[in-house]
Amino acid sequence: MASPAARMFRRLEGLFCVYKPPGIPWKVVRDTIETKLLKGLDALPPLPLPEQIRFLAQPCSNALTPKGLSASSVPVLSKHPLVTGSEFKRISVGVGHRLDTLSSGVMVLGVGNGNKVLNGLHSLQVTRDYTLEGEFGSATDDFSHTGRIVERSTYDHITQDKLDRVLAMLQGANQKALLTYANVDMRSQEAYEMAVQGILGPDGKSPPILKGLRCIRFQPPNFTLEVQCLNETQKYLRKVVHEIGLELRSTAFCKGVRRTRDGTFTLQDALTRDRWKPADVLSAIRQYHAGHRQGKQEYKSQEQQDATTREELQSR
Amino acid sequence: MSTKMAVFCVRRTLLLPFKSCTQVRLCCTFPTRLPSPSCTTWTTSRPPPGHILTQQSRSYSDVTARHQVDYLPTTDAHQLTLIEDAGQPNTSLDLDAWSAPRALEEISEEEAATMLLPPAIPPASASLQDYVDHSETLTKLVQLGVHLWRLQQRPHVGSMLLRLDFHSHVAPRLLFLKETGVEDSRLGHVVSLNPFILTEDLDKLRARVHYLRSKKFPAEEVASMVSRAPYLLNFSVERLDNRLGFYQQHLGLSAAHTRQILARLPRLLCGSLEPVKENLKVCELELGFKTKEIQHIVLVVPKVLTANKRKLTQIFHFVHNTMKVPHHLIVKFPQVLNSKFLRVRERHLFLQYLGKDQYDPAQANYVSLQRLVSPPDQVFCTEVAQATLGDFGLFQKTL
Repeated sequence: MASPAARMFRRLEGLFCVYKPPGIPWKVVRDTIETKLLKGLDALPPLPLPEQIRFLAQPCSNALTPKGLSASSVPVLSKHPLVTGSEFKRISVGVGHRLDTLSSGVMVLGVGNGNKVLNGLHSLQVTRDYTLEGEFGSATDDFSHTGRIVERSTYDHITQDKLDRVLAMLQGANQKALLTYANVDMRSQEAYEMAVQGILGPDGKSPPILKGLRCIRFQPPNFTLEVQCLNETQKYLRKVVHEIGLELRSTAFCKGVRRTRDGTFTLQDALTRDRWKPADVLSAIRQYHAGHRQGKQEYKSQEQQDATTREELQSR
Repeated sequence: MSTKMAVFCVRRTLLLPFKSCTQVRLCCTFPTRLPSPSCTTWTTSRPPPGHILTQQSRSYSDVTARHQVDYLPTTDAHQLTLIEDAGQPNTSLDLDAWSAPRALEEISEEEAATMLLPPAIPPASASLQDYVDHSETLTKLVQLGVHLWRLQQRPHVGSMLLRLDFHSHVAPRLLFLKETGVEDSRLGHVVSLNPFILTEDLDKLRARVHYLRSKKFPAEEVASMVSRAPYLLNFSVERLDNRLGFYQQHLGLSAAHTRQILARLPRLLCGSLEPVKENLKVCELELGFKTKEIQHIVLVVPKVLTANKRKLTQIFHFVHNTMKVPHHLIVKFPQVLNSKFLRVRERHLFLQYLGKDQYDPAQANYVSLQRLVSPPDQVFCTEVAQATLGDFGLFQKTL
């Protein structure tokens, strides 16, 4: 018979995402969640202790028990949680795509068997959405607002139009990189079909590539960019902001990098700090499994449809 | 044949002396044995766990006395030849021929009495689990609520606890703690954190409690201090005196105020004084508080003396430079220095977004630091920010 803690532990298998606050290292987030899950497991009532018949000395001995011993059923203390420690001393909680200390946003975590899926996430061509807060006027050594200021400049000459032109130029360069690292001959039918389906992209290792880049807010000196990218690091994104400043013949640094989507995990699913509890994590995992099953069914039905259309085409 | 038998002393020690026997006499069986006509009861080759063996009566049989050596591997039921002495030459040892002792076998009374059994408890173990059921001390400690698993992780503490005798070592000290005023429910907590109180000299413990009482700490406060700082009574009177003197001198407080601080945070008397001196310097030089202000802060929040310097400066920097709260207001609400930085930051940014971040008492819609930091999220959202918890959650995801 499994204890309530063992039953809950078995249910803790899958993926969920949390909202990492800025200024906290990703490892602290992972450790906090593991500690909270273990505390939740400890709080559940343990199974009753097994009992054992023992012959214990009694103060009064009668003729029936010549040695003054009598049988009694006592609990086996060697199985008590104070002696054995808690039933679960660690849970394997893994992190998907990490976020550095200054950035914030959606971070996917895996528990138990979900960690195996995390490896797959890295190899897939799953894009991530970021929001970059930038400010014109200064350049810092590590491209962020906490770095040492290296240069200052004016930014009055910058208009929305100029910014959009620079962004379009950057997007064009990235698009070219996307095609280069796709390892497919651009003049082939295969490349065309992949492009039509939207799966034309780098396979395996590649430098960071921005699939989409646009400005969503422009109030000089502040501006906000929205980016969809692959194989990126947060420092690279800050460097992009810095380079935009240079292209506009001014300087810029990045005030905030915020991930709004990681694959299919969005801001809506992310758990904020007050919800880093076992009950909320379990419901998030259940949601993920439900969505995963639905996605699988849709994929299967889509595959069947493709197969039937292919057969029809062949028969003609 | 005289042989040296292995002697297993079943004492309450973690590491038992194991005198390995020089000669081992293995058992021999005759191919045919006649069951005894007299009353027979059965014996098992291996005693059941936790069972005290004096209860079973042994059977009679005509088989010669043999010695069961249970810790030898039993594989097939084959015959073994008898070994005389290991020193003799030309002895053949055919281990395959050794027969496994059958469970429902009859043996003689003498044989049963001289039967060599492995100890029910192992001579050495890495865990106290093997000894808990057999040791009165450990059983009583578990019943008291002492966390044996955590204690056995510490080096040598497990062996120490096993060697203690409950009636002569543990009980007097527990009674002493009870006399001092520590509640029964807290005794387990005290011993879990400080097992060495059970080996401390009782006279010295009494002297230290007497010293604290002489410094005009009321009895209930002494009890609460011992209960919350279990290592307190392990320190000598000189050391306690030194620390009391330090706090009174460096903080410049009256005796009553010093007692108040130490009663609220008794671990100040247990730990090192260097971090406290550094924290006082940080408050004075880096944060820029005056002596009177530091005294007031420490009276209200003694934890500032042992707080992490980096976290203290981080939160002060945010409150003073970003929220633009002046020194005198922070001194009025020193609890803000003890709170979580993320909590203060998120709540301030939420109020700023709503346009309600007014920390000047002279202005309208003033929000005190206490109302910003102390209430739980639900109360803060409804009363201070006049928004819902969901809105606050959505706002947190935009930071």
